[in-house]
Amino acid sequence: MPTFTMRIFRGDTARGEFRDYRVEAEEGMVVLDVIHRVQATQAPDLAVRWNCKAGKCGSCSAEVDGRPRLMCMTRMELFSEREPVTVAPIRAFPLIRDLVTDVSFNFEKAKTIPPLRLKPPEPDGTYRMMQEDIDRIQEFHKCIECFLCQDVCHVIRDHEENKRAFAGPRVFIKVASLEMHPLDTRDRTEFVRATASVGLCNITKCCTEVCPEGIHITDNAIIPLKERMADSFDPIVWLLRKFRGQTTQPA
Amino acid sequence: MANADYETHEHDVIVIGAGGAGLRAAIEAAAQGVSVGLVCKSLLGKAHTVMAEGGIAAALGNVWPEDNWQVHFRDTMRGGKMLNNWRMAQLHAQEAPERVLELERWGALFDRTKDGRILQRDFGGHRYARLAHVGDRTGLEMIRTLQYHGIHQGIDVYMECTIARLLKDGERVSGAVGYWRPHGKVVLFKAKAIVLATGGIGKAWKITSNSWEYTGDGHALALWAGADLIDMEFVQFHPTGMVWPPSVRGILVTEGVRGDGGMLKNNQGERFMFNYIPEFFKGETADNEEEADRWYDDKRNNRRTPDLLPRDEVARAINAEMKAGRGSPHGGVYLDIASRRTADYIRKRLPSMYHQFKELAGVDITKEPMEVGPTCHYVMGGVRVDADSTAATVPGLFAAGEVAGGMHGSNRLGGNSLSDLLVFGRRAGLHAALYAKDFGGALTVDAGQVDAVARELVEPLARVGGENPYAIQADLQETMQSLVGLIRTERELEEALRKLEALKARAKRVRVEGGRTYNPGWHTALDLRSLLAVAECCALAALERKESRGGHTRDDHPYTDDQWGKVNVVLRLKNGTLQLSREPLPEMPGELRALFQERK
Amino acid sequence: MNGHAVSQARPPIAAAHLRKDTWWALPLAVVGVLTSFIVYSTWAALQNAHYFVAPYLSPFYSPCLSKSCLHLTLGRGLPEFTVPIIGVVSPALLILWGPALFRLTCYYYRKAYYRSFWLAPVACAVRDVKAGYTGETRFPLILQNFHRYAWYVAVVFIVFLTWDAILAFRFPDGFGIGVGTLVMWLNVILLAGYTFSCHSCRHICGGHVDVFSKSPTRYTLWHVISRLNERHPMYAWLSLGSVGLTDLYIRLVSMGVIRDLRLL
Repeated sequence: MPTFTMRIFRGDTARGEFRDYRVEAEEGMVVLDVIHRVQATQAPDLAVRWNCKAGKCGSCSAEVDGRPRLMCMTRMELFSEREPVTVAPIRAFPLIRDLVTDVSFNFEKAKTIPPLRLKPPEPDGTYRMMQEDIDRIQEFHKCIECFLCQDVCHVIRDHEENKRAFAGPRVFIKVASLEMHPLDTRDRTEFVRATASVGLCNITKCCTEVCPEGIHITDNAIIPLKERMADSFDPIVWLLRKFRGQTTQPA
Repeated sequence: MANADYETHEHDVIVIGAGGAGLRAAIEAAAQGVSVGLVCKSLLGKAHTVMAEGGIAAALGNVWPEDNWQVHFRDTMRGGKMLNNWRMAQLHAQEAPERVLELERWGALFDRTKDGRILQRDFGGHRYARLAHVGDRTGLEMIRTLQYHGIHQGIDVYMECTIARLLKDGERVSGAVGYWRPHGKVVLFKAKAIVLATGGIGKAWKITSNSWEYTGDGHALALWAGADLIDMEFVQFHPTGMVWPPSVRGILVTEGVRGDGGMLKNNQGERFMFNYIPEFFKGETADNEEEADRWYDDKRNNRRTPDLLPRDEVARAINAEMKAGRGSPHGGVYLDIASRRTADYIRKRLPSMYHQFKELAGVDITKEPMEVGPTCHYVMGGVRVDADSTAATVPGLFAAGEVAGGMHGSNRLGGNSLSDLLVFGRRAGLHAALYAKDFGGALTVDAGQVDAVARELVEPLARVGGENPYAIQADLQETMQSLVGLIRTERELEEALRKLEALKARAKRVRVEGGRTYNPGWHTALDLRSLLAVAECCALAALERKESRGGHTRDDHPYTDDQWGKVNVVLRLKNGTLQLSREPLPEMPGELRALFQERK
Repeated sequence: MNGHAVSQARPPIAAAHLRKDTWWALPLAVVGVLTSFIVYSTWAALQNAHYFVAPYLSPFYSPCLSKSCLHLTLGRGLPEFTVPIIGVVSPALLILWGPALFRLTCYYYRKAYYRSFWLAPVACAVRDVKAGYTGETRFPLILQNFHRYAWYVAVVFIVFLTWDAILAFRFPDGFGIGVGTLVMWLNVILLAGYTFSCHSCRHICGGHVDVFSKSPTRYTLWHVISRLNERHPMYAWLSLGSVGLTDLYIRLVSMGVIRDLRLL
């Protein structure tokens, strides 16, 4: 059985350091298994947040060898026994202890999103949506809220002061899923511009790169939102809408 | 009353657990205009509901117009081997369609039929394609929809907060004491009504699809508060969990794989399920491969494939194949969808199964069969409730979802869990709010009770010498796995009870290293109490029921016994000791009984 | 929701990053390629010679609008009106701002140069070099949002380049195909691939629609463009290469360094 050196961050905001643990890993083990083994045998108070261990709940986000990942979906076969494997907490958020951070920032931002406002139903009282109407937003609904995109986004990761204004990729895909919802009647472009500050995003795509669900956050959500915002000050679009008599209700 | 050592929050209704049932309850209670607190052990939206894959069973009749609540009711009762609380099964079947449509109005995006309605898929035990679904991540869709709807309803959410004890004022509940997992401080919730929506007990077994949270908290809280538990012997082993590699053993493989065309095979390539069709289901199950294959496209003229028998039947069949030496190399059987469906179809219908096998096992399910075996999945038993109001036997206490008993009888059909959460979550929220509104008099909490719980919580941190909580937990899981598993015998159950006594003694001496800030060792030590309580309930009830039925199979009593079909095994605490009794099932009215006479 | 942070401080980890892979290689390569292209194209645009050899016109000089052009795209050039400098300097300068602006404001190139030149961020989970950051919220970067106008211009260029490629069949002795013809067609195809896989194009053509089932044509268009859009970065690089190499090919033929092989 291969033996790895796990270099795990231990500590709190006052004092923290990387400590090495030697752990055996069996075939097919993931980083979270190895962390649990450390917990059960060497460091019972090692703090780690996890739930499903199957890549569905998005709890076990961490930075493995400097890259934001789900620990439960990162196989040990990726790493070499010869070098230590570094496991650090996600660094964009306040630390609670060891590998656990306080991610309430994301829940606070989520509350600001203007919710769905439905069209009136069909004459028979039901709602109809075609598969092609929802294919695009079903991709966004795959989000497991692991917040790795929020963690890796340099707008807030490297510039704490932007946390007040900037909502982050997770919020943008949620907004995009509402904006493109076939039954929704709300216009969120002003929210996207002013409250969520999409302008701070410079589309450098790290959110897409780290998304464990493979959601094309930048191409399919953020850029379309930027384009929808551009519509609002594009004179050609404005004229076309006037011509067709289209209106949307503001958020 | 104010105490400097702990913070206090007061609400009309406190909901414990923020999975499907808890969120739905909180939303409904808030809609009644009462103040609601929602307390959950994990972050919001991480509850076990996200793991549900296949779908929500509801007789919408979008795919098969023949479907209606009566058919769904009948399927549910037959799946539960008639041990279900008939009234719960009836309400469930009647109200599920409206709950699903309501979810859609709140933003859920189910897969669509060609005419733009909600698509429904086949699942075990359901006569018609009935499960509203989103690929194989229906639970995620459901919890996210409820979560985002809920955050705009004025509900106070207390995340990463574990409830350790319910408090009582005389006979009725008056609050709950717990601790914050992040910083370990004690917190008191005062409430007129409490809804338990804590889920199940699967973490008592070693091979389980359940997460760390499933430590039977709600079952134990109710028991300690004097409520009745019923049917605790019925534990569902899902027939298809992953078996390889070892570290993912037990992770769920959705029944949707079989619903969408997957076949179970043994190492001879034989579709063995045809050899395990029980008498009870003979009339509605295909007995040859040709008919079973035709059934996928023509349900009117063909009988259902035995691959989609209820879960208890399939789990036992897989177990028997493995024992007979016809299993796969890693101790399972094969589940093959690749030879029936195209790669595109599989990736579209089962994206997370594809991803899960690819990432975790290095298996491409569009090309190769999966290896699967039974995994502990769900407990049918739970808090005894009134069907219409979900009220437990303790005034002010309500329960919904997996923690409540009765709805599923001895075995739950796939897809009936998510609908159960919605139907009874809503009812629990409604009736808890009504109870709180009617509540007369002042809400009093005995500070002495709070202090006692607070002291008890920190004991493991203060102890010198004593045992590692992880070791005790592992031994408990090993015990339940080997002695109170899928197949049980009197001798093994008695041995399990002896071992559980020893484990209880060890748990009293558990010692935790480190402090109170996010200390998983401490959390594990505290969870041992509820885990041991529910394990004991399960073993005791299993020893009592001397027959085989649904999720309870006794090797020494292999047949179903009609006398046992008329009673629930009930457990309650009296003066600190666990008491067990057999109590009659509520009797089904004649017009519903008639549904089981007609034959087709 | 109850935030209950122990404190607001981040994990006390000083390192700017903990990555062990060669994260710097890609941005470095981007710097190399983009710099080489800018240097070459500027030189080529300023040379004001060797951009035409019958029947091939370099894409850097198309459409050739100045009267002094060696090749007159529209049959005749602009009158040598009041800008005497045109003709002396280079007709390329009349038109190159168009494609340049399209690439400059392109969603993909923005990613590439923000990462490799701006170093914000140079790679994922690697700390930004500069302390302050305002993204695209202020002038001049806020103008990036006008990318769609650059796209409209770029479409016009595709029309001209297609015309040039058609003219590339017309040799002095009549219809023919040379290696140069193929080079010019490949270039047009790659440039069209790049232009029509653009994110703004995707939005304008259908992305703005919320109920696709009620606009089937726009849905089909959006669907096709979405497929192309997945390869937008690939087209961005291939067309950058092809446009430079097409110019180089024509230039070398024109200078007599190489001979164009006549295929037909």
